[in-house]
Parts: sequence; C-alpha cells; structure tokens
Amino acid sequence: MSSDTMVLQNAESAGRAWTGILHEWITTVDHKRLGILYIVYALIFLVIGGIEAMLIRIQLMYPHFHFVSPQVFNRLFTMHGTTMIFFVAMPVLFGFGNYLVPLMIGARDMAFPRLNAFSFWLTAFGGLLLYYSLLGGSGLYGAGNAPDVGWWAYAPLTAHAFSPGHSSDYWTISLLVSGFGSVGTAINIIATIFCMRCPGMKLSRMPLLAWLNMVMSGMVLITITPLTAAQLMLLVDRYLGGHFFDTQAGGSAAIWMHFFWIFGHPEVYILIIPCFAFLSEIVPVFSRKPIFGYPVMVGATVCIAFVSMSVWAHHMFTIGMSSYANSFFTVTSMVVGVPTGIKIFNWLGTMWGGRIQFKTPMLFCIGFLFQFLIAGLTGIMLASAPFDWQLGNSYFVVAHFHYVIVGGILFALFAAFYYWYPKITGKMMSESLGKLHFWLFFIGFHLCFDVMHIPGLLGMPRRIYTYEPGRGWDTMNFLVSIGAFIQAIATLVFVANMVLSYFKGKAAGNDPWDAWTLEWSVSSPPPPYNFAVIPTVASRRPLWDLKHPEDPDSHYE
Amino acid sequence: MSAISTPFPERSGAWTLPYRGTVAMTCLIIAEASIFTIFVVAYLYYAGKSLSGPAPREVLEIPIFGTVCLLSSSLTVHFAARFLHSGRRGAFLALWFLTILLGGIFLFGTGSEWHRLIYERGLTISTNLFGTTYYSLVGLHASHVIAGLIMLTIVFLFALADRVGREQSARVEVLALYWHFVDAVWVVVFSVVYLIAR
Repeated sequence: MSSDTMVLQNAESAGRAWTGILHEWITTVDHKRLGILYIVYALIFLVIGGIEAMLIRIQLMYPHFHFVSPQVFNRLFTMHGTTMIFFVAMPVLFGFGNYLVPLMIGARDMAFPRLNAFSFWLTAFGGLLLYYSLLGGSGLYGAGNAPDVGWWAYAPLTAHAFSPGHSSDYWTISLLVSGFGSVGTAINIIATIFCMRCPGMKLSRMPLLAWLNMVMSGMVLITITPLTAAQLMLLVDRYLGGHFFDTQAGGSAAIWMHFFWIFGHPEVYILIIPCFAFLSEIVPVFSRKPIFGYPVMVGATVCIAFVSMSVWAHHMFTIGMSSYANSFFTVTSMVVGVPTGIKIFNWLGTMWGGRIQFKTPMLFCIGFLFQFLIAGLTGIMLASAPFDWQLGNSYFVVAHFHYVIVGGILFALFAAFYYWYPKITGKMMSESLGKLHFWLFFIGFHLCFDVMHIPGLLGMPRRIYTYEPGRGWDTMNFLVSIGAFIQAIATLVFVANMVLSYFKGKAAGNDPWDAWTLEWSVSSPPPPYNFAVIPTVASRRPLWDLKHPEDPDSHYE
Repeated sequence: MSAISTPFPERSGAWTLPYRGTVAMTCLIIAEASIFTIFVVAYLYYAGKSLSGPAPREVLEIPIFGTVCLLSSSLTVHFAARFLHSGRRGAFLALWFLTILLGGIFLFGTGSEWHRLIYERGLTISTNLFGTTYYSLVGLHASHVIAGLIMLTIVFLFALADRVGREQSARVEVLALYWHFVDAVWVVVFSVVYLIAR
C-alpha cells in the first residue's frame, strides 16, 4: 500500500471519527454504555434542577423579595421536583443498576439489550418532552411556559379551567413515557438477575447490590404503573371530556391523591433501596469486613418493599380521612421504620471492629448513616397523624424529605460515584478534591436543611412565593439559602473533580479498592463482552476466594 | 478455549436458569395487572356516583357470547402452543387461526356494544361518570386484545411462511402467556362491570 492511500484513509477515518463515535453511542445496546448514558443524562438534569433550586432559594432569601414573579415561582418548584425525581434520581440509579448488575452477577449483558436501549431513549425523550413545554406549552401562537401544578399535580389544579394550554399535558405525557421506560428497565433487571447469573451464583450468593436492585425493580412494576394509570385518566379528563377528577360531575379530587401517592410513597423507597445497595457494597470494602447479616439485609429489604406499599395515605392526613384510615396509615408508616433500622444496625455492625479506611466514598457513606437516621426520625414524627395535622404542608415536611433525598440518596450516590468511577473510566478520582467536595457539601447540607426545619415548626407553609418580615423566618431563610449556595459550589467541585480526573487522574488498574465482587476482576473500563470466560463462583466474595486460596469464604458459607 | 485463561475454578455440575422470555412476560403481566387494578378501583369507587343518567342497569347487556369466545380462545392458544412443541404444524395452524378468530369475534362484540351505547343510548365517555369509567376500563382491556391480536396475527403470518417451528415454541409460549392474561383480566372486568356494579 502506498503512503498516499494511507494518508487518505487516515484523513477519512479522522473525518468520520466524531460522527462514528456519536453513531456508536446512539445505536449502542451495551449495558455499560447505556449505563453511562443514563448517568450523564441524569447529571445534565441535575444541573438544570439544581439551577431551579438556586432560583427558588434566591427568591426566598429575603421577605417581600421580587427576584422572580409568583407565576415563575410556581413553575420553578414544579419543574424542580419533577426533574429531580423523574429525570435525575430515577435515571442515575437505573444507570448504576444497568452498569453494575450484569458485571456483578457474571453476565455479558442484560437479558434484553435492545429493550434496554429502548427504555433509555424513552426516558431521555420523556425529559425532553417535559422541557419542550417551555417552547410549546401554549401552542404555536405564543411563548410557552412550564407546568405549574406542583410535582403531585393535585386535582382540580389540572382541570382545563385552572391549567389552560398544554403545559400540564407535557408534564403528563413526559411522566407517562418515562414511566414506560422505567417499567422496561425494571423488567430487564429482573430477567437479567433470574436468567443470566454465572454458574455458582445462587441467589444466596448474589451481591447485595443485585439483590436490592431486583427488589427495587419489583417495586417499579407494581408502583410506577398506578401513576401511569392515573396519568391516562387525567388525559381522558383533559382530552376526551371524562370526569374522573371532575368534582362538578361527581368525580373526586381525593382519589387522584390516593392514586398519586400509591405511586408517590413507594417511589421514595424505589429511590432509596439502590442507595442501600451502594452502602451494602461500599461499607464492607472500606471496613475490610464482609457485610454483617447478609440474609437479614435481604429480608429487611423485601420487608421494606412490602410495607412501603401500604403507607401512602400518610401524605394525606390533612385532607380529613376516617380515624380508622388515620390509625392504619400511622401504624404502617411507623412499622416501615423497623426493617430500615435493622439495615442501619447491620451497616454499623459491619463497621464495628473493622479497619475502617476513610476514603471519600466511605466519608459519604458515614454521612449517609447519620443523615438518613435523622431523616427517618422526622419521618416517624410526621407519620403520627396529630403531629402531621400541625405540620403537614409546612417547611418541616420540605426539610424532612430533602433530608431523605439529599442527605440520604444524594450522599449515597456521591459515594457510588467515587467508588465506581475508577471502574467506569479507568482513572482514580482525586482524593483531595473529593474530601473538599465532601466537607463543603456536608457543611452546606446541614446549614441548609437542619435550619429549614425551624421555619416549618414556626408555621411557614411550603410553596409560598414570599413572606411577611418579622415572623421569625427571615434569618432562617437567609441561612438556608446560604447553605444551598455552598452545596452548589460543592457540586461544582465534584464536576471539576470528575472532568479533571478523567484527563489527569492516575490509572486505576483492575481493583483499586481491593474489593471482592466480580466487577473488579475485569479491566477498567471493562471490555465490551465483560468476561472473556464466564466466571464460576463458590461464595459471596469470589475475589476474596481468588486472593486468599488458603482461606476461602466458600469454606464457611 | 484453552487460549483464554480464567482465574476462576472450573464449573462443576449442571447450571440451569429459567427462560428469560417467560420471566419478562410475567413481570410485564404484574405491571399491567397493577394498571388494571387502578382502573378497576376507580370503576368500583365511582359505581352509582353519576349525577346524571343513563345508569349501567338501564343500558348494559351482558355480552355472554363474546365472553365465551374470548375464554375459549385461552384453551385454543394453549393447545396450539402444545401442538407446535410436538411438531404438529397443521393442528398448530388451525388452532392458532381459531384463537385469532375467537379474539376477533370478542372484539367485534365490544365494538357493536359500543356502537349501540353511543348511537342508541347516547352514552359517551363524557356523558357521566359511568360513561367515563366504563369506556376507560373496557377500552383499556380492548386495547390489550387488539395488541394481542396483532401479535397473534404476526405469528400466524410467519407460520404460514413456514418460519415458525419447534425452535420457536418457547417464544410462542410467551405470547400465549400474554393472551391468557388478557383473558384473565376479562374475567375481572366482566365481573366488575356486568355483575357487581350493575
């Protein structure tokens, strides 16, 4: 071959390079690439949802402040809630599940790779539909606007009279579409775990991450679908003149609340169970001990999944239910604290007597343990109907669930990022930037959300545009906003760390943490086929068995 | 294989796992059952709460023939899949076609009932709460029948082209599972709409 043609070919392949790469990523059915797509997509929406949160906090910094208009404020909190739950938390957790589950159970891909890609693109276009409302929400003749009905969209706010135009339809359809995506991925995860485990990987030897993702997927099947059904009913009401939620024709606004929260409360557990999964993998590795109480962890998770499906109406104590309903939902909501408590004790039991390494992932895990405990305690307070009558719809509730979602879910997610980033990219993240990120975020979090409980106790309702000065809320709100800004700066440190480490980080090698599950047995990043030879396992810690042939786990299990 | 080294020990003993199609279809059925549950709950909750007529008792006629057809199609699809498994192509084709026919008759029954309700009785989805819940629930089921019929027809066309053989019988079983679900849901919808809340 002459040098001319060589040059020509090179030029051609360089010209094709970026379109070729783009084509590869768009048409990919590889679970690892789809996992990364999910995660990157969620991070983009995290930034969008975060900016919305910042705008909300600027507006609430001072009494009688006019940073945004009341209408814009309503749109901001609606979009912030919807974005963070459906287009940040769900996709990022599915992303990690997608990436890790096949690797951890010794499979080469998910059970249905094309369904996997289809589910991702449904979720992705769902998010685009939600934000398309900004352009097309009022039809073609005017500037659009965002939905402003709140993330739970209580009837009759969604009726045509109160929600003209198409903004709430974009909200409905985007959740419908992304809900189908979630169900597709859930089916895929369950089928993968049931049908693709490597030889020897019995259910009783499966890593807890796979177990917990399976339980989470089971919950998705049963509890995302009621939202789908309710959204279909809402579409019937809005487009076909139905009367499901039309009180003037005998319909009921309360039944929308029931349908929404039958989805809405288990959704919290759908989000937190994969975070429990992260902790159950990370805490043992950095305590240098196997997980304490493996079967109890599995049992407690299944228990949480069951009980959490019968607690939904604790979101509705203030609408006036019968005393029997109030008592039932108070009791079930408190009962769900028991298996959750068991899990916290198991993680503490894992750490107890271990040689704990305070690497960044472990710091976030320890932060999670403290914060999730406090979030659980305020949850028990709100589960008590009389207490909830006093504080329902106040900033105390907002502080409580942000404690769960930020203090719990987001901290566990950061831990997962620092822990699996080396596997996904092949580069270590910077420990010093990581520690800076942790401490900044930790301080910002506590300044923001610890203080936020107090204006709630003093009677500040949620979703208000502004407030009168001199009610004792002014200083608190100012501090909360400062805390929010510190968290935003910390998140920028995190993003900078990811970008810098990708280019400058030191090579990770196969197994930087000296861990025990199968994903660390392959190269970082793993090859497209994951395992050249499908592994065979004999215990819960296959890599421990490999590294310590003189004292393998399989002798004791 | 010997060129690729694995650090893991050799596998020992048989290792069998369930078929992924069956697992996935079972999961889909669980998810669909959850959607139907919400619609059934809404139907029961709103039964008798319409502020204006017509009431279900005045206009609904029990679709016995269609129901018998749909339920027997569960039997035909079951035996069709079994014949495919044992390699009897003719019996498979005949029973598979009968399944499509029975499903089609049921769908025609639903369609003519709707036609009667809309044009003779003046009941539409926006007339009252009964109309809203009735058309949504029955329509949700009918849409599943349509999806099932489309898939059954595709398999039938492939079978006519001699592309469905014993190797595909596991996949055909998965579709049969879906069709059983559509029938089972009709038992619930039928009981709720035509017996309990009439």
